[in-house]
Amino acid sequence: MTYVPTDEPPAQPAKLVRDFTPDLIDVGTHHLCPGCGEPVAMRAALEAVAELGVVQRTIAVFGIGCYTAFSNNLDVEVLQALHGRAPSLATGVKRAKPDAFVFTVQGDGDMVNEGLQEVIHAAARGENITCLMLNNGVFGETGGHMTATTVLGQRTKNSLEGRDASAHGYPILLANIIAGLDGAGYVARCAVNNAHNVTLAKQMITAAFESQIAGRGFSFVEILTMCPTGWFVDTNEGPDYLADNLASVHRGGVLKDVR
Amino acid sequence: MEGSEAIAESMITAGCRFFAGYPMTPFTEVLEHMARRLPEVGGVCMNAESELEAIGMAWGAAATGTPAATGSTGQGLSLMQESLAEITFARLPLVVLNMARAQGDYFQATRGGGHGDYRHVVLAPMDIAEATRLIGLAFDLTFRWRNPVLVFGDYYLAHTAQAIDVGTDASDDRDTSWALDGRSGGSGNAKLISPLGEHKKKSQAGYNLSDHYRATAEATARMVDGIEPLVETGFTDDADVVVVAFGTPAKYVRAAVRALRADGIAAGYVRPITLFPFPSAAVAAACEGARAVAVYENNQGQMIDDVRLAVLGRAPVHFIGGLSLDRSGFGIAPDLDVEVLRARIEEVASR
Amino acid sequence: MTRTVVTRGTVVIDIDACKGCDLCVDACPPNVLVMTTDQLNARGYRYPLLEPGCTGCQICAQVCPDFVFQVYKYDEPIEIAVDA
Repeated sequence: MTYVPTDEPPAQPAKLVRDFTPDLIDVGTHHLCPGCGEPVAMRAALEAVAELGVVQRTIAVFGIGCYTAFSNNLDVEVLQALHGRAPSLATGVKRAKPDAFVFTVQGDGDMVNEGLQEVIHAAARGENITCLMLNNGVFGETGGHMTATTVLGQRTKNSLEGRDASAHGYPILLANIIAGLDGAGYVARCAVNNAHNVTLAKQMITAAFESQIAGRGFSFVEILTMCPTGWFVDTNEGPDYLADNLASVHRGGVLKDVR
Repeated sequence: MEGSEAIAESMITAGCRFFAGYPMTPFTEVLEHMARRLPEVGGVCMNAESELEAIGMAWGAAATGTPAATGSTGQGLSLMQESLAEITFARLPLVVLNMARAQGDYFQATRGGGHGDYRHVVLAPMDIAEATRLIGLAFDLTFRWRNPVLVFGDYYLAHTAQAIDVGTDASDDRDTSWALDGRSGGSGNAKLISPLGEHKKKSQAGYNLSDHYRATAEATARMVDGIEPLVETGFTDDADVVVVAFGTPAKYVRAAVRALRADGIAAGYVRPITLFPFPSAAVAAACEGARAVAVYENNQGQMIDDVRLAVLGRAPVHFIGGLSLDRSGFGIAPDLDVEVLRARIEEVASR
Repeated sequence: MTRTVVTRGTVVIDIDACKGCDLCVDACPPNVLVMTTDQLNARGYRYPLLEPGCTGCQICAQVCPDFVFQVYKYDEPIEIAVDA
């Protein structure tokens, strides 16, 4: 087979259409698992920040999870919160500095387990911030444990037989709940398990950010991400697992848009 | 002015422009006053849906360099402990009020009820006038050391009234160059405020926690060295019995000591004002020639540990305090009576 | 006899950044990415090799969790000779 050299930029005239990392991510090296969807979501979000021209008034508030590694790795100002607490910190930032562009990055364990009341209260208050939830249906950082969004039948390290409604109850479909709150102006759910979905995800994140810039209340995007480690599948099976198991329960789409 | 209002006014005078709180007796009225007054001076007061959210909002505001405060009573402070620890590791300024019920929160305040190795400066006013001065000091200290400062109040401070001046205006030279406002974004070196560390490795994503905890420990040590403990002493030069007390009860202990002196009994008193850093040297010096030390506090004995450490066996240390509550349990204390305290001090003196 | 493949773009691959997850291979529309079979990078992972026919669509970079790809689009499509 003929292979094309890929160690150097091309000799023939060509345009660089995408660099290794977006401008706002400092380095691409991280220790998240092979096949993890979180860096894919982070890239989409940071590209949106750059494209909207809000870099010099951005303050990102991070929760605690695998993605926390990125709180140290961005070329935007970052405030690191505790597990579940990013919405209240983001509220304090935005109320003290109303001109700031404020968004949170949280996982499902962080937001829907530990911090459920924080995000619901922020949404109900119509805080003019954007909350992003990276939802992989597990607590990834502790090794893959059940969260409030884990779907029925999903096996995790502390639900090895699969989530069972009688023992563990039902998953919370948070974006749907947030969409029912009057303070929310834009609520959407997407996924990053294939290129088409990544494009859609970036569009939704952009729309949510625009909603904040226009002052339309609380905006929220739930982004389903792959966690092959937490799901006990091979990395190349992650996208299908997400489609078959998570996306069929946590359904994608724009759930609320007050425009 | 009622104490709660005086405390709110002195916070505003000290420059506080963000407050978040959740109603709980006897803290509630401070929240009410801040909710009314802060918008009048261009500040923000948030009615947080829980104490956890109150401390979170204050944390966020503090990270922007805005002088921020929150508070509650003991139970609410319990809820805030994780965040209080992490705010300290993130090296943020924050004033926290405990409008305490009795004095059982001494350990919570001085040892910290959170995880990990951190210290908070703790200031204990004995009356409203002192509270207004200590609030101003709290804001100065918290910005100078980038460390939370706790003001230990109580029910009496909240609900008694005194004529006071609300103090002088906030100092202008508070360094907030570390604060977030978005503007360092895109510079290649955007600011980070994190309990996990503030240095970006730039070789890979992630933190070096051991470096960070060492650095915060060093900052804490500099703070402890750099703060002169505050204390009030009286009649200690030739005292036979020295009584140690803090907060509102100390005012009554002081009066009891004066009454004893008027009757020729050689009593003296020491009133720690900074509960952390505890005025150990002053306590030791005051008790130098005493035959006995007595500690009065409205709890089962907490500050007495620090007194014993300071006295270090030079004289016996007796506990003359205890739980002194009415049926509400809020610390409206039958003990706060000069005659009651006199009797207890005299009993120690006669041993 | 050689044939040529029209190629509209190309990538620079940061081999040592790759964690061998295969997502790019499955996502590539012209199917020009293939994982090595016995070559490993400095971290011990297999990594992708590029065959002729890249369109510069950027999908590999879009789905890659490890920022492995830098994507170029040729000003004019080129022809790359391949073994029959």
